[in-house]
Amino acid sequence: MSIEWETVIGLEIHAQLATRSKIFSGSSTSYGAAPNAQANLVDLGYPGVLPVLNREAVRMAVKLGLAIGATVARRSIFARKNYFYPDLPKGYQISQYEQPIVEDGTVEILLEDGTRKVVGVTRAHLEEDAGKSLHEGFGHSSGIDLNRAGTPLLEIVSEPDMRSAREAIAYMKKVHTLVRYLEICDGNMQEGSFRCDANVSVRHKGRTEFGTRCEIKNLNSFRFVERAINYEVARQIEVIEGGGSIVQETRLYDSSRDETRSMRSKEEANDYRYFPDPDLLPLVLDDAFVEDVRGQLPELPDAKAARFARDHGLSEYDAGVLTASRELAGYYERVVKAAGEPKLAANWVMGELSGFLNRDGLEIGAAPVGADALAGLLRRIVDGTISGKLAKDVFEAMWSEHREADAIIEAHGLRQITDTGAIEQEIAKVMAANPGQLADYRSGRDKLFGFFVGQVMKATGGKANPAQVNELLKRMLAGP
Amino acid sequence: MNAHRATAAELGRGLRAREYSSVEITRHFLERVGRANPSLNAFLTVTAERALEDARRADLRIARSEGGPLTGVPLAHKDIFCAAGVLTTCGSRMLSNFVAPYDATVVERLAAAGMVLLGKTNMDEFAMGSSNETSYYGPVKNPWDTSKVPGGSSGGSAAAVAARLAPVATGTDTGGSIRQPGALTGLTGFKPTYGRVSRYGMIAFASSLDQAGVLAQSAEDAALVLGAMAGHDPRDSTSVNAPVPDYAAGLEMPVRGLKIGIIREFFGEGLESRTGGAVRAAIEAFRALGASVVEVSLPHLPLSVPTYYVVAPAECSSNLSRYDGVRFGHRCAEPRDLMDLYKRTRGEGFGAEVKRRIMTGTYVLSAGYYDAFYLKAQKVRSLINADFKRAFGEVDVLMGPTTPTPAFAIGAKIDDPILMYLNDIYTIGANLAGLPAVSVPCGMVDGLPVGLQIIGPHFAEERLLATAHAWQRETDWHRRLPPGYA
Repeated sequence: MSIEWETVIGLEIHAQLATRSKIFSGSSTSYGAAPNAQANLVDLGYPGVLPVLNREAVRMAVKLGLAIGATVARRSIFARKNYFYPDLPKGYQISQYEQPIVEDGTVEILLEDGTRKVVGVTRAHLEEDAGKSLHEGFGHSSGIDLNRAGTPLLEIVSEPDMRSAREAIAYMKKVHTLVRYLEICDGNMQEGSFRCDANVSVRHKGRTEFGTRCEIKNLNSFRFVERAINYEVARQIEVIEGGGSIVQETRLYDSSRDETRSMRSKEEANDYRYFPDPDLLPLVLDDAFVEDVRGQLPELPDAKAARFARDHGLSEYDAGVLTASRELAGYYERVVKAAGEPKLAANWVMGELSGFLNRDGLEIGAAPVGADALAGLLRRIVDGTISGKLAKDVFEAMWSEHREADAIIEAHGLRQITDTGAIEQEIAKVMAANPGQLADYRSGRDKLFGFFVGQVMKATGGKANPAQVNELLKRMLAGP
Repeated sequence: MNAHRATAAELGRGLRAREYSSVEITRHFLERVGRANPSLNAFLTVTAERALEDARRADLRIARSEGGPLTGVPLAHKDIFCAAGVLTTCGSRMLSNFVAPYDATVVERLAAAGMVLLGKTNMDEFAMGSSNETSYYGPVKNPWDTSKVPGGSSGGSAAAVAARLAPVATGTDTGGSIRQPGALTGLTGFKPTYGRVSRYGMIAFASSLDQAGVLAQSAEDAALVLGAMAGHDPRDSTSVNAPVPDYAAGLEMPVRGLKIGIIREFFGEGLESRTGGAVRAAIEAFRALGASVVEVSLPHLPLSVPTYYVVAPAECSSNLSRYDGVRFGHRCAEPRDLMDLYKRTRGEGFGAEVKRRIMTGTYVLSAGYYDAFYLKAQKVRSLINADFKRAFGEVDVLMGPTTPTPAFAIGAKIDDPILMYLNDIYTIGANLAGLPAVSVPCGMVDGLPVGLQIIGPHFAEERLLATAHAWQRETDWHRRLPPGYA
């Protein structure tokens, strides 16, 4: 008899805050500069220098706290996390430990099957990033790039509320959506601006106590998170079913081999000797500051999705897809505003538009077909100028030729045939050319109707109005 | 030339009266440094060229009737302050090759006031010590008796001013490091309220206790220099954003009606009797000036030393992690791997006392010990704070001895850390509570100076300076020079 297993997952998401300067120094945070070009004396941990907190980073953390309905602490503390590593210039990382700025929030996720689930957010705290150690290209030495040292991070720690890799992905995507809505993180996962550690354990279904967990470090794509979790779950089940037990440890995901590997065990873990940083006073926020931030919050994805579902008659799932990014939602709203037809617009935005963006690896802001252009195309579908099927060819031409729908329709002679006489003529020709099928149809083989539709459309180059073709065919096939 | 017999304030007046030029007096002090430093070891670096350049620039300002009371007056900085382009060792082998790439706020402000930098003074390694014997560059001698210590950790600054190699010098005070050497060398040693002077560019020992201040010949000098270095600095989050009073203008504030509290706990066991006698006599003398004197008790104050020796090492263990041989400072020869780099660099770069405190600090912050040591020490710290607060509800200033004994012999305590730590028993309380305090000379025992300590409430710098100034108008202890340095 096989046992049913349950997976338990908690995520620690590191979102790099989109401030212009670092969290405790005036250095720029922009990505891609020459190594160590963006590290000043504070970032380098020179003797005598002191940290000064970036107000903008605080504002951004508060934004997230308010967006997830969390408690924004009126008093939070920066601590020092002490350990030695060459890319950690001061020998300690400044991070909030015992009293974080954000506590006790929730994020609601919508799964593909339509079920909703609330994931608890234990805390979110401000901290500085470390630099990078470079182990290749320096012979027997290692290189250190401290450009990233001191970059502000918001670490968002979830409760162990997720029960599958899919739920974990849905949560991570939702947080990704949120931070971009709030404009506090660019969400760029390739550059490491948004990454996570996953705590994974398994237990027999029905048990309430947790199994021993492993922490998988530094996952920087949704796909890797899913694969790493699935690999890790299978590994843990195999170990336990083989009579072994899970050792609490930190593991690394190797994407080239699609497996996780042990990095260090709990016994090898550092004693970080946390204590409040005496260089920074407790961070005290007054109500006016918090309310000011609240006043600047944009419409959040959940509210937007609910509005789309309500006002535009969309399904919850479609509304969720359309609001996954502020830009996509904005695009959709502009199409609806210009063309009406919210359902048709939703189908086109989620269908053709998203498909082409994916195919070409483009962000929505760079789409060759803008919202107004797409609205122009939809108007031609609605007014019967072109069929929905033809419209897809027109869209493709708009995409590659960067022209308006009307121009393409004119240039390619794609205007729909709606002249009843012309369609009747074509139908008569098709009937004359296929006497056998006609006889079979008339003797009861209704299924041949589709064959005649196809022949007529073929004969008109797809331009005949499908509704008219249907109607006229039905009448003419029935016989005089 | 007798410029060395003048206070900084007097030199400033002489310069503005064109009695001499800044270049002249700067040369005079440089000569004195050249003559006396080989025996005293007070200076680690003499910045002669820069000093003369500073002096020339000051003379130009004076000629245009620009600048202020300190323009053209020479000074020395404790080697804990970063000065751009100048070797800044912090008394350690670890920074034996460290040329600071920037100016500390204190250095910047005193330069802006027109002061002339003579050089950098010797100190206990990373300011950890009470005798200046932990310096990698050798002990400093007390000008009053070269077999004695000058105190520490600002011992080089104290010896330099006591021997009049410089008219005034900066210091830092984490547990008494300005007041104790001030007392042992017959100077006015002033430690301001925590947050009054920026810590930016001052190499950190224990960040919640460190405070920059002055070793001066008089309260008036301390008032002038403190006024020039104090004030809010956006680069130090713990610096207080409050206006700086004109300390010099407040010096004549009357002592009549002042309520003085004698700290009962400072007159118990361990206080050498003649030192205690001199201090008591000084406090009694304030009655004649119209002050009232009452005894007050601060019951938790005797816990200062153990509390300090948890908090300060904890902070230093973290503050000194940056000295890893990677980016600046000492690096061991040909490290085999990362661990070897760390171990040998830090093993070679730090001296015994610094290592002892890093190890103590690491221990008290470790998992399982944090609550019993660090957290408990923080609780005691708030009790000590509360004691002071209560006392200042009753009196304006508190008085007592600065040290239990006059200067002790070099070598006498260096092998017994506890005995050495007890030397700071009367000074540490003000650091734990962040209070301003000053030591002024109030007598001599066997040819060695004795210090009277005056402690005030937060931001009572003006009151302390006025009290010290009133004392110095009535006495001449602060005018005495060590034999051989007149």
